[in-house]
Amino acid sequence: MAGQELEVQQKKEVSSQQEKTIPARFYVPATDIFETGDALKIVMEMAGVPKDAVDVKIENEVLSVEGRIETTNYNGFEPLYTEYPIGHYARSFSLPWQVDQQNITAELEDGVLTLTLNKKPESKLRRIAIQ
Amino acid sequence: MLYSDPFETLMQLQQALDSFRSSSWLSTSTSGAGGFPPLNVFSKGDDIVIVAEAPGLKKDQLDIQVKGRTIQIAGVKSLSYGDNVSLHRRERTTGRFSRSLSLPVEIDADKIKAEYRDGMLAVFLPRAEHDKPRSIKIA
Repeated sequence: MAGQELEVQQKKEVSSQQEKTIPARFYVPATDIFETGDALKIVMEMAGVPKDAVDVKIENEVLSVEGRIETTNYNGFEPLYTEYPIGHYARSFSLPWQVDQQNITAELEDGVLTLTLNKKPESKLRRIAIQ
Repeated sequence: MLYSDPFETLMQLQQALDSFRSSSWLSTSTSGAGGFPPLNVFSKGDDIVIVAEAPGLKKDQLDIQVKGRTIQIAGVKSLSYGDNVSLHRRERTTGRFSRSLSLPVEIDADKIKAEYRDGMLAVFLPRAEHDKPRSIKIA
């Protein structure tokens, strides 16, 4: 996989369904979701978002994530040439019932947010020994 | 602090970027335009700053080289999911990348600084002293 040429994904703006009350534009973070034996992991790319600017909330079985970029870094900058738009990030997912909503952890490193959604004990993988 | 304050800044930034989407500056001097990582170039005073969104890289996977007025940014992005996982959704991409950019101004190669933080790469390129614009007093 690491051998191929890396291409840019165009940023997608958040659709009006999840419209925000503030006038700035939000973008959809590229996301990987995968399942391990006892957790569901959601990994989101949010370049430019510092640790204290991420909100993760759960409401009505929906997980919503919002990441706000640091705009003060751009103070005094005048654009000369641009290839990508700048904005905050937002995305939400309906949670499957197997997830223990009280037991979710989040980690942010180098602009990559990893959410670990632990499964409820009854839905964890169990190995059955053959007698 | 007002809730809307930082967003006003962002709004202005977004509008400023929108109006520059069709700028012709550099258009003939970037290689792999549209390649990874996407670059935004800003001026700050006399200096130039290249900003790239490249989340999830390691510093040692990034290679930045300068020769004359040309900057090259290259590297590899790889991901690992661990063993025994079932993938539900896959949107993040991996692979090698290399971009180069020739600036229309002279830079002071000894004073270039690069920073990688929160998945953003910023390369600060100070303009060479002898290339800075001077104001001419009318006698």
